[in-house]
Amino acid sequence: MTALSLRGIEKSFSGNPILKGVSFDAGPGEFIALVGPSGCGKSTLLRILAGLESADAGEIMLGDRDLSPVPAADRNVAMVFQSYALYPHLTAAQNIAVPMVMRKLTRAQRLPLVGPLMPGQRKAVAAIKRDVREMAVSLKIDHLLDRKPGQMSGGQRQRVALGRAMVRRPSVFLMDEPLSNLDANLRVHARGEIVELHRRAGVPTLYVTHDQAEALSMADRVAVMIGGSLLQLASPQVIYDDPAHVEAARFIGQPRINLFPSQVGADGTLAFGDIRVGLPRETVAAGAPVTIGIRPEFVRVHRTGQQGLPARIDRIEFLGSEIVLYCRLDAIGEPVVAKLSPAEGAGLVAGMPVRLDFSADRLFVFAEEGHRLPSTPVDAAVMRETAHG
Amino acid sequence: MNASAFTLGRAVRLSILIFGAAIFLAPYVFMVSTAGKAQSDIFSSSLSLIPQHWSYVANFAKALTRVSMTRLLFNGVAVCALIFVFQVMIAIPCAYAMAKLKFRAARLMMVLVMLGLLVPIHATALPLYVAFDRMAVLNSYFALVAPFTISVFGIFLFLQFFRAIPDDLIHAARLDGMSELGIIGRVIVPNAWPAITAFAIFSVVAHWNDLYWPLIVVSNQTYATPPLGLLYFRAAEAGDDYGALMAATLIITTPLVAAFLLAQKRFVEGITMTGLKG
Repeated sequence: MTALSLRGIEKSFSGNPILKGVSFDAGPGEFIALVGPSGCGKSTLLRILAGLESADAGEIMLGDRDLSPVPAADRNVAMVFQSYALYPHLTAAQNIAVPMVMRKLTRAQRLPLVGPLMPGQRKAVAAIKRDVREMAVSLKIDHLLDRKPGQMSGGQRQRVALGRAMVRRPSVFLMDEPLSNLDANLRVHARGEIVELHRRAGVPTLYVTHDQAEALSMADRVAVMIGGSLLQLASPQVIYDDPAHVEAARFIGQPRINLFPSQVGADGTLAFGDIRVGLPRETVAAGAPVTIGIRPEFVRVHRTGQQGLPARIDRIEFLGSEIVLYCRLDAIGEPVVAKLSPAEGAGLVAGMPVRLDFSADRLFVFAEEGHRLPSTPVDAAVMRETAHG
Repeated sequence: MNASAFTLGRAVRLSILIFGAAIFLAPYVFMVSTAGKAQSDIFSSSLSLIPQHWSYVANFAKALTRVSMTRLLFNGVAVCALIFVFQVMIAIPCAYAMAKLKFRAARLMMVLVMLGLLVPIHATALPLYVAFDRMAVLNSYFALVAPFTISVFGIFLFLQFFRAIPDDLIHAARLDGMSELGIIGRVIVPNAWPAITAFAIFSVVAHWNDLYWPLIVVSNQTYATPPLGLLYFRAAEAGDDYGALMAATLIITTPLVAAFLLAQKRFVEGITMTGLKG
């Protein structure tokens, strides 16, 4: 069942295409992280969903309702902004109450001076006050309700912004980098809280971030957007272990994936060091240029022996639980990053010659245009046999 | 401020400032002094600040009885208030639209505002006078107020201020369910008090002291604003009685001086805000 569905959303600003036909579905209560480098169109997509911008083409369906002609005020979509966008002249309580006041009170009941005289106004206001207090208690900001945004810290403002977005039980929840203005400690703490709030609210949530750690750790599914296109939408594990596109592979993963240019051999296989992978003949011609990718944790480092490709260590980073080696292959001069446990990396120093070898089943092959090619590791012994036979 | 750091340089600087202030204040001080002098004192050959015969009571009595001072002050307050209220009611939505909404004529409007800033009231005075005459609305509050209700200066000032209001705040307001007018009333105006105060100072000072336009459209004392009233007073009542004239002037300038002294800090803030700060 889909709760929210986007079909072929396109948008360009003064001739520059920002979104090139983005489509995806979100299930009820699903948390989707939109991740990508700045300028990839992820914030624009969010704004289109909220109704703050209009799409040039495409449709947005919420359940079976077409949202495209609905103005922002009537979409019942809540958004948390990077800057929090709290009303500076209102207290925290008043800020959280605003969406309720605008929806629960009639135009006449909202009027200053005259409003309180309208029938039913007092009851409605009391109900709003109760909701605001409940929300504040659940966010642990009930002691801040009388303060204005200027008298609160970044973390407190962020909670008030969350409260304002959630208090009216929206049908879609949008967040535009809500944690990027917090300091590192608070950010990690707030991640867990947002996931918990989302679980309680149970509405589809779109979370825009450029921080891959946030995307991978919080989301049910991660959408990688690059250059206005959705490259892959999958669970964090699939995004990492089975990238569909070279750009998705390059964007996700810290340190970055190792990529090497290569060429398909005459027999339709790909040789890289000691390993050889087979590619489906119908998709790639012999001699076609491809890109090989391997994650740093699947690069094995040997100090002795004849296995693997000779390389030299440029630089070593000690990160406590792991060690990152920056090496350079002797033969082609390409940099290679390897991630080791401290035990494996003990005694290694910059300038040392090593041999690098790769897990064949962890190798990704990407076509020239960037999409992933299915590859199967070929046992070297089998290869030799078939060549002789 | 550290009193012990009273160095020579500081003394020189202060004396220059005091000298400048004295020059600027001299006419006003002289006016206050003249308002208390008898006719013979004013035209005596010796120049003194302290009146020889204290005639404040006589002069003020003359000023208050010979023209309807309350009428003048009321007209001044009414005209300035009406002008200011209409200016704000028109300029704020206009500036909001130009600063935060996207529409096709935005550029054209910007050009028109700029052009409007370049055209002084003196250039349009004659056509306006003729039009008001045909409409038979000369000698009315309408004639005094109408030409100033659309203040391009106000639009420009608010435009600059609104541009600094973050877009996200407007977006949040829209998502919270506010209409565009709701955004102006609930988000823009409550956050625009510094700009509104600054504009109020400019507007009220300019229109309280304006003689040019009332002189053109008002010939009936009932609608005279304070500066115009002074003119009548001099021509019809006071003649050469400068003591009474100065007393009347003092009464008329007092509201602005008092307002300035009360809101001195805001006044300076307002001027600096419209000046250098982007």
